[in-house]
Amino acid sequence: METIRFILRKFFEDKVALVGLVIITALVLVAIFAGVLATHPGDVSTFHPADRLQGPSLAHFFGTDRMGSDIFSRILFGARITITIAVISVGLSVLIGVPIGLLAGYYNGWFSDLLMRVSDIFLAVPQIVLAIAIAQTLGPAIENVILALSLTYWPFWTRLVYAETRACKNETFVEASVALGASPFRVIVLHILPNISSGIIVRTTLGMGSTILTAAVLGFLGLGPPAPSPEWGRTIAESRQYLPNAWWYATFPGLAIFMVVMGFNLLGDGLRDILDPRIRRSKSNDR
Amino acid sequence: MKLLVILVNRLAWLIPTVFGLMAITFAITHIIPADPVAAVIGENASPEQVAALKEKLGLDKPLVEQFVIYLTGLLRGDFGISLYTQRPISEDLFARVPATIELSVVTLFVAIAAGIPVGVISAVHRNSLLDHALRIFTVSGLAIASFWLAILFQLFFSMYLGWTPLQGRVDGWGPDPITGFFIVDALIIGDFEMLGDVLAHMVLPVLTMAYPAMATIVRFTRAGVLEAISSNFVMYESAMGFPRRVIIWKYVLRSALIGTVTQIGLIFGILIANSVVVETVFDWPGIGRYAVDSILNSDYNGVMGFAVFTGVIFILINALVDILHGLIDPRETR
Repeated sequence: METIRFILRKFFEDKVALVGLVIITALVLVAIFAGVLATHPGDVSTFHPADRLQGPSLAHFFGTDRMGSDIFSRILFGARITITIAVISVGLSVLIGVPIGLLAGYYNGWFSDLLMRVSDIFLAVPQIVLAIAIAQTLGPAIENVILALSLTYWPFWTRLVYAETRACKNETFVEASVALGASPFRVIVLHILPNISSGIIVRTTLGMGSTILTAAVLGFLGLGPPAPSPEWGRTIAESRQYLPNAWWYATFPGLAIFMVVMGFNLLGDGLRDILDPRIRRSKSNDR
Repeated sequence: MKLLVILVNRLAWLIPTVFGLMAITFAITHIIPADPVAAVIGENASPEQVAALKEKLGLDKPLVEQFVIYLTGLLRGDFGISLYTQRPISEDLFARVPATIELSVVTLFVAIAAGIPVGVISAVHRNSLLDHALRIFTVSGLAIASFWLAILFQLFFSMYLGWTPLQGRVDGWGPDPITGFFIVDALIIGDFEMLGDVLAHMVLPVLTMAYPAMATIVRFTRAGVLEAISSNFVMYESAMGFPRRVIIWKYVLRSALIGTVTQIGLIFGILIANSVVVETVFDWPGIGRYAVDSILNSDYNGVMGFAVFTGVIFILINALVDILHGLIDPRETR
């Protein structure tokens, strides 16, 4: 209770993290209430060729696209796609990567070594390169983007959790519970996992930001959900042939990506300052 | 002695990693249920045509045999035949390498030249208004989608202001290829008009790629300088009466840079990832652009060739960085 109150107080003192939290809360609300907030909720699938490529106005806040659809409304619905991709693919990566890291870190032996070797190979290559290869083979669809991102992202968590589990394993409290007869499962889940959770929480937040960027790249390359999906990366790719006249077409979806990634990065940085005691100490030196 | 151990360790690690990478790319193409043949000749081809193409591409053989053929081919530098152009992939990739290397090297140079001073200044004036402004600038660099920044730069500097060329590497054909690096080639033949044109074409792609890379360098340099400033050797040097400027830019920076050097592998990763989209937007004829062309043409072999090629290069760079780290950081080799 004391710790939670401490963290909360720290959190509200940290204005940067708070800004990040506000942005992310706004994103989630927009995604949930896109149908209510959108000025032209039907424009995800219906077109008005007579209104195509109109500049921002009171009727169309962010202008219209090549089909005459309202870009503001499409961006709101695009938030749903972004959130879905980011939450599921980061969630799957954590669900796959963390248990593997815990097991490989807790036990010694050839199987642990093998698991770490495999994750090293994935980490040896930039994530986007393998994600492009997988998404290209599977074909453009939202579930394929999620699969491509999860398959290439889990080793990151394995590596992180492995290192922290190794460090934690030799602490006295772990030795004590083993000596008291606790089962390996109990030691891992009740004693080690809670002690390494702050690192996982921070990395998950930062990982959401980088995953949204990677997903946008896949969308931009035409590997994301197919047209007429309002996915942000795809919208920017579509806009290119209408430049320089339709400047709003590319500008606003990119701004949306920027705001959201910024939100996760700010929150992640703030959480790291609060949750990581090592950084906390160096911060107090940092006058 | 310790350095030798690092060297041997790294080299021994290289082989299984490269092998593993090839196994992964093979698995992606051959185990994931997709039909590359249908993508090439269309859904309406006759069974005879499909069988003929499968035989030509070696897809009619057992999986294990295909893997062996794939591996031995890769080891000889043979990436297979492009499904789209029907040309050897390795030839196309190697022809495009100079363009990507030229762009990456200039970008890295710009990112380091800007990032290290900014990181030091940010740390020295920590928590000042200047530091906060610089931090907003760098944090933004890590949140911007490169392809969007590239398009905004094009829109503003090329289309509205007309200051820079819109895309491409050069107007016309460029210098006759000697090294394939246009800057070097233009210098060799002494054509300074050409050199100016080449440099003008580089401004926007380099700025787009350098921004996120610089942001990473600033973060690590700032953290490294802050850590070094609070260490005992700096207190000692201050007490000895060394000028602050000398302490910061000579001793502190040297100690802080070690941390930054270890991140060069990470920065190369950012460059490779961004080169794919930046080369697309600026129509830069490098390997990133090749990957995108392959995607658009449903050329599975081309995409896999790109993945293996960049993967192997990235693995080599990281091994090199580790060895370099051992060389410059005496603590590593003690």
